[in-house]
Amino acid sequence: MALDNTPKRVFKVVGTRPPRPDGIDKVTGRALYGADVSAPGMLTAHILRSPHAHAEIVSIDTSAAEALSGVKAVVTAKDFAPQDDDFLMDVLDNCMARDKVLYDGHAVVAVAATNSAIAKAALKLIKVTYKALPHVTDVDAAMTLDAPVVQEGRSLETVPEGMSQNVTSHCEFGHGDLDAGFQKADVVVERSFTTAATHQGYIEPHACLASMTADGKADLWCCTQGQYNVRDLCSAALGMEGSQLRVTASEIGGGFGGKTTVFIEPVALALSRKAGRPVKIVMSRDEVFRATGPTVSSSIDVKIGMTRDGRITAGEAHLRYSGGAFPCGTVDMGAQAAFAAYDLQAVRTLGYNALTNRPKEAAYRAPGAPQAIYAVESVVDELCQQLGLDPLEVRLKNAARKGTRSSYGPTFEDIGLVATLEAAKAHPHYSAPLAEGQGRGLSAGFWFNFGGNTCVTLNVNTDGTVGVTEGNPDIGGSRAAISQMAAEELGIPYDKIRTIIADTSALGHNDVTDGSRVTFSVGLATIKAAQDAIAKMCSRAAQIWGIDEEAVVWKDGAAEPAGPNAGKFPPMSLAEIAAVSFNTGGPIAGHHEFNADGAGVSFGVHLVDVEVDKETGATKVLRYTVFQDAGKAVHPSYVEGQMQGGAVQGIGWALNEEYIYGEDGRLQNPGFLDYRVPVASDLPPIETVILEIPNPGHPYGVRGVGETPIVPPLAALSNAVSRAIGTRMSSLPMSPPRILKALSKG
Amino acid sequence: MRFAQPRTTEEAAGLIAQEAGLTRILSGGTDVMVQLKSGLVEPDLIVDIKHIPGLRAITPEDGGFRIGAAVSGAELGEHEGVRALWPGVVEGVELIGSTQVQGRATMAGNLCNGSPAADAVPGLVAANAIARIMGPDGERDCPVAEIPVGPGKTTLAKAEFLTSIFLPARPDRSGDAYLRFIPRTEMDIAVAAAAVSLTLDAAGTVTAARVALGAVAPTIRLVPAAADAILGAKLDDAAIAALMEACSAACNPIDDKRGTIEFRTQVAGVLAKRAALIAYSRAGGTV
Ligand SMILES: Cc1cc2nc3c(=O)[nH]c(=O)nc-3n(C[C@H](O)[C@H](O)[C@H](O)COP(=O)(O)OP(=O)(O)OC[C@H]3O[C@@H](n4cnc5c(N)ncnc54)[C@H](O)[C@@H]3O)c2cc1C
Repeated sequence: MALDNTPKRVFKVVGTRPPRPDGIDKVTGRALYGADVSAPGMLTAHILRSPHAHAEIVSIDTSAAEALSGVKAVVTAKDFAPQDDDFLMDVLDNCMARDKVLYDGHAVVAVAATNSAIAKAALKLIKVTYKALPHVTDVDAAMTLDAPVVQEGRSLETVPEGMSQNVTSHCEFGHGDLDAGFQKADVVVERSFTTAATHQGYIEPHACLASMTADGKADLWCCTQGQYNVRDLCSAALGMEGSQLRVTASEIGGGFGGKTTVFIEPVALALSRKAGRPVKIVMSRDEVFRATGPTVSSSIDVKIGMTRDGRITAGEAHLRYSGGAFPCGTVDMGAQAAFAAYDLQAVRTLGYNALTNRPKEAAYRAPGAPQAIYAVESVVDELCQQLGLDPLEVRLKNAARKGTRSSYGPTFEDIGLVATLEAAKAHPHYSAPLAEGQGRGLSAGFWFNFGGNTCVTLNVNTDGTVGVTEGNPDIGGSRAAISQMAAEELGIPYDKIRTIIADTSALGHNDVTDGSRVTFSVGLATIKAAQDAIAKMCSRAAQIWGIDEEAVVWKDGAAEPAGPNAGKFPPMSLAEIAAVSFNTGGPIAGHHEFNADGAGVSFGVHLVDVEVDKETGATKVLRYTVFQDAGKAVHPSYVEGQMQGGAVQGIGWALNEEYIYGEDGRLQNPGFLDYRVPVASDLPPIETVILEIPNPGHPYGVRGVGETPIVPPLAALSNAVSRAIGTRMSSLPMSPPRILKALSKG
Repeated sequence: MRFAQPRTTEEAAGLIAQEAGLTRILSGGTDVMVQLKSGLVEPDLIVDIKHIPGLRAITPEDGGFRIGAAVSGAELGEHEGVRALWPGVVEGVELIGSTQVQGRATMAGNLCNGSPAADAVPGLVAANAIARIMGPDGERDCPVAEIPVGPGKTTLAKAEFLTSIFLPARPDRSGDAYLRFIPRTEMDIAVAAAAVSLTLDAAGTVTAARVALGAVAPTIRLVPAAADAILGAKLDDAAIAALMEACSAACNPIDDKRGTIEFRTQVAGVLAKRAALIAYSRAGGTV
């Protein structure tokens, strides 16, 4: 679907680095985040959460809390509309437990009061009687037949007979004859891996303000990656019509996928409905860790065969993921992504999801892919070590390219993997010498990228400026990129354009900001909306000049006659046309709405050097370089930011971050002290190399870039550490105690 | 909850003695505020001692220094005299938190908070620092080593509080050092820690030593056997091995989210070795 046939377009605005539109507000503290909105008469709510990993709720007595002066409303699961749809019911059950609590931190009762201290005091007056049930938090344990069953009757038909009821889904991908493939191999390596659940770790805890009036109309302000999704989920939960609920997304302090669902929003609405006053809920960090989505925990077996000269003959992976206490489809994406970087004759991946007594998984950057690719890339690295082969050459030899039938089915179009590997090979980092005790790791990574439902309006103002109204919260710089694409298409300067994010009543539906879709899809819709506005402006010029519409073209921000035969008129700029628009038919606006296709997959390669202190097991990251195909980097600084941010989150995941559960099934580390994300001084400068292999599905060649960069770090780090210590690591995180233990085992 | 800012130590002691409910002394507040916010404690009275004259002073005394209980980490770190005399103590204090936390956190607060992982305390114990304590019956002095008794617990009586900590004079050719292990490079809590203070003779033989370990037992621990291991030696391999062994043997840690028993026990010895080598070189020795 090439929309622009001009080869090698010369860009004026796209590819430059204008200042970010949200920068000044953010550094001066003026930006309004989820917790910053207030309303007259507002109440504050707090939520009582389960102290048990798994328990039946025998009774809830809220009478004493309700009697406390200042308490205005109390809600439990009973205050929400039952759902026919399993997905909606799960989302709601996760917001407020119904008959059972399914994990430590599961919400049970919410109280709104005139201030926070009263709401907290009221929580202490609530008597919940629980009947504790046996629990399971480990994915492999959950799949055994004698494991406690987290939820009954949730297995899909795809699950093979005879498995634990905790197994909710099963998937299989691949092609070719595995047995024949493994027979051709000179070496076969088979290994098992585990990865811990990790949290997105956004700085801003979930926060919202809900206000419902007596006639059933409601407004909701919240930090979210998708206000339309919030509207749909909340209106269903409250039994309201979508048009009666207007959701406005605040400025967002990070999401990384974790803000693509609801946790407190339906609760605040239900409290507001009961109290007849606005209700604000702000989660504490403890609540964020215990009750919002971490990523899946996983246990994976990988088997790969290779010939002596480095050709992969067959690859197989068995993936067991747990998305917590609710069915979760993330393993499907892991099973599809596992071998995506390779052109294989024989490949098969099997995936299972199992229920555990952990919080419900929420998306986290490229959900499911980092774990699977970590396991595959670790085994490839081990094969390279065993055969004495260069890991980059081996990846080049087996790399997927245009025309490759991917391991998950589709045949690749233009992809940038080979170019990205070549860039890594040519980079000085790859050939820099390593000292004793240091190791270099390499990993490729992949993500699908999505398009999806998108709706954009582009308003041409009478003063010659332009407002772009779009519906996707900006979590990585999309407002700047969208303004740049509008400026490029319209031929006017970047600073004449302001892009804003609309509430749910101002535009048609927009899918959530996820799947690295916004710069691609909203950008594409903006280009098309600009083209729509251009067509209208050309028509206005034609009208003024008294010539045919077809005889007018748009060039450098102005309408002009198509050629000498069309007439001799000086060009009319956007500003000139806009200034007289009231006399030529009224305001001018362009629109575009579509379900975007052609997002274009993205590949990245990460290189990392580490040094391991063999007496303490501490890993120091010495040097890190990210290579990634961006298709076209609209705002290169933001692209680099995504590449660096993904690497940093991946370093945390690889080295220290993990959900730690005690024997009692309770989360041991619900805070940033013991849930260890990297701090600035843990990190080296992260160098970036952007490759631009245009995506044929976008007129400027844009591909999504936000998710791919978290995929390679896990294996890159594990490969580097394994080489540095001379022992293969197979469990994440590689915390110092784990490394020291591996060293002592030799 | 009430808040008081007394102007004399007597007034502070009186306020606490009279209070029937729960009191909390506030120095820098970097522990207290966190505990209040998380609902861990709900005191009836908070007594802020920062504004009592003298409590933020560092005063030379008998060749050592008396450090007011409300002196912040940043103030201590800027004091050339203390840095020169007890570099190991200062580096322990400076490891606490971040630049922001350093502006407030105090050694006295670190000690009285009673954490087995407190970063300032092993250095103070190795230095044989003496705390001056004010109470309803007046002042008394007590070695820092005798103050902690368990996580969050101290030997201080209800209405007692520290007014200063005294770092004594020390002979020439002395040195001290503190090291902690954390999985990150900062903003973390010690998983194991060691402080070593020693004095050398002209030949480089250790003539006096104190070794203290942190985060490997319910309290910061003075380990005389570890000091004995290096006494009379020049930190040769055998002495170092004996030091490491004595330290590991003195560990009685817990298995928790921060580290395993095995890990803490092993790493405590490694840190003691490394701290001893730094202290040795600070004392003018060459290994
Ligand atoms: C972000 C952050 C990072 C931190 N990092 C570290 C770290 O790396 N290492 C570390 O060890 N600690 C760390 N801490 C904990 C804390 O900063 C230190 O323990 C600090 O030394 C406490 O000193 P303070 O003056 O702030 O104590 P306060 O909070 O004022 O008091 C601490 C306790 O001691 C009591 N107390 C205070 N002064 C006296 C006194 N004079 N007499 C009797 N009792 C008293 C208080 O009642 C309270 O119980 C960190 C804290 C934060 C918030």
